[in-house]
Amino acid sequence: MAPISTIHYLVVAAALFILGVIGVLTRRNVVIVLMSIELILNAVNLNLVAFSRIWGLHGQIFAIFVITDAAAEAAVGLGILIAFFRNKETVNIDEVDLMKW
Amino acid sequence: MAPVATTFFFYFLSALTVLSGVLVITRKNAVHSALALIVSLLGQAALYLMLYAPFVAGVQIILYAGGIMVLFLFVIMLVNIEKSQKEDQFNKQWLVGLAAAIALGVLFVLVYVKGRALFPDRAIQMPETSNTQQVAVLLYGNYMFTFEIASLLLLVAIIGAVVMAKKRI
Amino acid sequence: MLDYITSYFKSELTPGSAGNMFWAFVYIVLIFLGLSVAVIAMNWLERKILAHMQVRLGPMRVGPHGLLQPIADALKLLIKEDIMPAEADPWVFWVAPLIVVITAFTVFIVVPFGPTHAVTDMNIGILFMLGVSSLSVLGVVMAGWASNSHYPLMGALRSSAQMVSYEIAMGLAVVSAVLMTSLNKEGIGTLSMIGIVQAQQAQQVWFAFKFFPLGLIAFFIFAVAMVAETNRAPFDLPEAESELTAGFHTEYSGFRWSLFFLAEYSAMIAVSSIAVTLWLGGWMRPFPNALSGETWDLVFSLVPGLAFLFLAAMTFYNTARMPKHPYFKVQTIGLGGFGAVLALIGIILFLPAVRDRIQDIFWFSAKVALSMYMYIWYRGTFPRYRFDQLMKVGWKVLLPLGIGVLVLTAVAGILF
Repeated sequence: MAPISTIHYLVVAAALFILGVIGVLTRRNVVIVLMSIELILNAVNLNLVAFSRIWGLHGQIFAIFVITDAAAEAAVGLGILIAFFRNKETVNIDEVDLMKW
Repeated sequence: MAPVATTFFFYFLSALTVLSGVLVITRKNAVHSALALIVSLLGQAALYLMLYAPFVAGVQIILYAGGIMVLFLFVIMLVNIEKSQKEDQFNKQWLVGLAAAIALGVLFVLVYVKGRALFPDRAIQMPETSNTQQVAVLLYGNYMFTFEIASLLLLVAIIGAVVMAKKRI
Repeated sequence: MLDYITSYFKSELTPGSAGNMFWAFVYIVLIFLGLSVAVIAMNWLERKILAHMQVRLGPMRVGPHGLLQPIADALKLLIKEDIMPAEADPWVFWVAPLIVVITAFTVFIVVPFGPTHAVTDMNIGILFMLGVSSLSVLGVVMAGWASNSHYPLMGALRSSAQMVSYEIAMGLAVVSAVLMTSLNKEGIGTLSMIGIVQAQQAQQVWFAFKFFPLGLIAFFIFAVAMVAETNRAPFDLPEAESELTAGFHTEYSGFRWSLFFLAEYSAMIAVSSIAVTLWLGGWMRPFPNALSGETWDLVFSLVPGLAFLFLAAMTFYNTARMPKHPYFKVQTIGLGGFGAVLALIGIILFLPAVRDRIQDIFWFSAKVALSMYMYIWYRGTFPRYRFDQLMKVGWKVLLPLGIGVLVLTAVAGILF
């Protein structure tokens, strides 16, 4: 087996990214779509930290900021979900079509 | 200090992370998806430890697994209705979505194969015993402005979440 | 192989930092055993001390003075029927106690019993402890949700809301203590647990008494927040019997409930270890600088042996007070035997070879034991907080106080 190099971590991050994209594009449940977005952000973080091992600590700082932003975005997204759920008793995004023509 | 059994732990942890990711997007029950996402996040924290980034691993455990996932579980418990588990889980465009993801995968493979010459495979010497101190020097030195903006962003997010979830503004 | 085992003795590091897997494993087993003994002892001590505070006797029958009561409780829990509610989610129901127990035990990897007596010394020691103990909230939420019954669900929501709120106050108090570690010549602090105690050693003051009264207020904030974090009295509304019929672990019976119980006491010992390491000087003996020198070192090194001999003396006194009736013969002999074991341990701790090595571990354990006694004392003294009062204290009192202490500590650190 080849020694573990950066490309190994990049492949893992790519796999997580693709899984997140599939989740966002194909699932109906809004909460699971939000969780897939978290998977995407995590894949990006893994990429950043993997490269920071070669090129210095800036990648880790960026990763910390991404985690902070993910927390903020998850909070607001779930707030929106709760507000929407209160109006229409469903978590199905196919039914979020009040403004469709 | 050289890590022990790097190859074994890397493959084990990546398999754990990716398998949990698969479980996240395929479970019917949202709570099972959340549990799988927690496992995936913890596996990723361990991968960060292998990349000599203990501070990011600690932040990941505290914020992501211990904060954001608690938030998700609370909201799932609030909006979990039995009806959502009995209807179709994948929407009408699942084929198109899958095709787009496969195209993305092909793009990744191309980029990695062609671009491999761009980055060196050696690792710089990063002593593990002072990672936090070095991160702190960078964070409060070069990135001070970004730090303050991040705190402003969090303030906006708090106010936004409270306003969105209130019954009457 | 033997070289691998004996090479560790020359290094001045913890097994994890030295990369020695064998000794790390030995330390893990020792900590596991020590925790189990501590939890059993806590069970007995809690019932007896609460009873004596309430002018009654507590368990007296099951062994001499109830000493075998925890073992009887453990046996009873093991042979109870394992019930799962009908509509409960089997996976989540099964996993919830596991998460709580695993997080409660994993934090002990970085707890420093001495300068080299920890399993490992992570660069992010205190961050790791706070993070892993915040994972236990997930187990609580899942336990309440998986039981599919409204009392556990409400108990879980209240319990997790309380734990998350008080984590913030804990974090602020911890940050102000970590700030104090950076007040050395280079101006570099540390998050590692062993580093924090060594910073207290270098600055020659326990952080609870530094910048009086700031260190004391920070310690007080952490002491209150840690009681609320572990859902103990007076913050135990989520698991109070008269309010919520045992809260999130109502539907758990037998061995699963004993896992929650084990995790609760382990979490108490874990947060007490954090408090002792950060503010009470960790493994250092009292007055290391005011009363220094060979004779004072000797006096303080005799304390472990004297403590155990004192306990043995109390046991022998109670043996003499046992009723003189043939029915009590076995118990009297049992209690005498227990006293003899304690006396033997006390005498072993007088030997110079053992005395020098046991100092760090003894003082650390003594301070944690004091903290445990305070837990039991709080339970016997304070009335329970109502849930809205609890949240008010967490957000409106401890959080501003924590921020104030942090800012003032930073200012004091710059000025002095």
